[in-house]
Amino acid sequence: MYSEKVFEHFRNPRNVGVIEDADGVGTVGNPVCGDLMTMYIKVKDDRIEDIKFQTFGCGAAIATSSMATELAKGKTLEEALKITKQTVADALGGLPPQKMHCSNLASDALKRAIADYLKKRGREEDLKRLGLDKLAEEEHEEHGEVCEA
Amino acid sequence: MVYLDYVAGCPVDRRVIDEMLKYFEHPGNPSSVHSKGFEARKIIDDARSKVAELINASPSEIVFTSGATESNNLAIIGYAMRNKRKGNHIVVSAIEHISVINSAKFLQKNGFDVSYAPVDRHGKLKIDELEKLIKKDTILVSIQHANPEIGTIQNIQEIREVVECALHVDATASLGKIEVDVEKMGVDLLTISSNDIYGPRGVGGLYIRSGVRVNPIIIGGGQENGLRGGTENVAGIAGFGKASEITKREWKDESERMEKLRDRLLNGLLKIEETYLNGHPTERLPNNASVRFSYIEGESILLSMDMENIQASTGSACTSKTLQPSHVLMAIGLKHEEAHGSVVFSLGRWSSQQDIDYVLEKLPPIVERLRMMSPLYVKKKKGGE
Repeated sequence: MYSEKVFEHFRNPRNVGVIEDADGVGTVGNPVCGDLMTMYIKVKDDRIEDIKFQTFGCGAAIATSSMATELAKGKTLEEALKITKQTVADALGGLPPQKMHCSNLASDALKRAIADYLKKRGREEDLKRLGLDKLAEEEHEEHGEVCEA
Repeated sequence: MVYLDYVAGCPVDRRVIDEMLKYFEHPGNPSSVHSKGFEARKIIDDARSKVAELINASPSEIVFTSGATESNNLAIIGYAMRNKRKGNHIVVSAIEHISVINSAKFLQKNGFDVSYAPVDRHGKLKIDELEKLIKKDTILVSIQHANPEIGTIQNIQEIREVVECALHVDATASLGKIEVDVEKMGVDLLTISSNDIYGPRGVGGLYIRSGVRVNPIIIGGGQENGLRGGTENVAGIAGFGKASEITKREWKDESERMEKLRDRLLNGLLKIEETYLNGHPTERLPNNASVRFSYIEGESILLSMDMENIQASTGSACTSKTLQPSHVLMAIGLKHEEAHGSVVFSLGRWSSQQDIDYVLEKLPPIVERLRMMSPLYVKKKKGGE
């Protein structure tokens, strides 16, 4: 069902927790669908200096959250935005097809956290340039993925 | 290993295996007209008597199948096809096994009307609602004796009083746990499965009351009184017979023992904060402990328990092929997010107090760890402080 790497990240998830004075916060998912995750980032010189997550969800949801934080840590914001569902799944040695979308929310949460950071700093031009302007306008708490495979 | 997933699969009792081993080497086909055929026929007849005795039926009322799914298919599709001139409406409960629900859907696609009888929040069938659903062209009602997922037991005698047409009962989960007596229950068709009483997989049975007619759904050479084609699974059927014999002798003591262990487990589980019981508080299978933990998801709980070598089941959508939560948990009115955190512990013949105490030691930290990871829990905690 899951790769050994997924199990490993599920057993020992990296970067679990909350950053109280986070520079950016992104939440995606919906408890009704069984997956909800929040990503917290600390940014210094446009680089992700620290990152933490909290996830309600299945094994894949927790493992992808952990893997995404590992991939993002130390990257510049632009580099971090290149992390996709596919990147995260590949880094974990693949995911079962039905888990690819519903449980693989971490890259979206990361995008939202970055958008939140840029918005808070009033960097409208960067938001536009990076295609995050629409994302930044939405209230992240209300965002819900459609629960479909 | 602490295996508390007997509802998903049971080991075969060693005594059953020993019995079966005698027959794997037997070459006879029960239909053959020679001594080896006659011997094979006798093996099957003996097994049929033992199975019949377990449920208080006559041997001639038992048809062997490949398991509960086929038995449910034969009962519902076979009965409806045979009796369609009497009417084209059937009623099944909302918490039936998926093989019943999907048999009903199959009939729906083939011109039958299907109604789903609702249950209350404990999973008890609403008998007054069932009564309203029964029309003059209703030919069959199908109700589970007990639900494997939430443990709730239905009162079949009370249901029988309002059902004048044929009544099918799926006793897969109840057989060997509580009394299953086709005469007392007054059923026309009853599904039973071998593996659920520690017999081999791939074998089941359907009780068909004498005089009740069904069409076969597996067409072959007229085996099983023309109701199930295909050369009989002699060793498997012999195993089912042996398992029935053991169950008849031992089920009462076994259920009493399991109930004590189950209560010990439930009492411990329900001490974990925001943990709730699924199903009926008293009218439930003695081996079933179904609970839900708020703020966390079932698959994560199962994987975490498995890391401690504890095995159980969940009704969470995240483990189902359709990504839909269990229809049983939805039918008792749980919200999606409540269904996600549901876990079923099912005990069996080899469950021990040591197993229960091990689970009660290992589970609280697992729940705590997943909750500390869950934004829902942390948010709730913050809100509450």
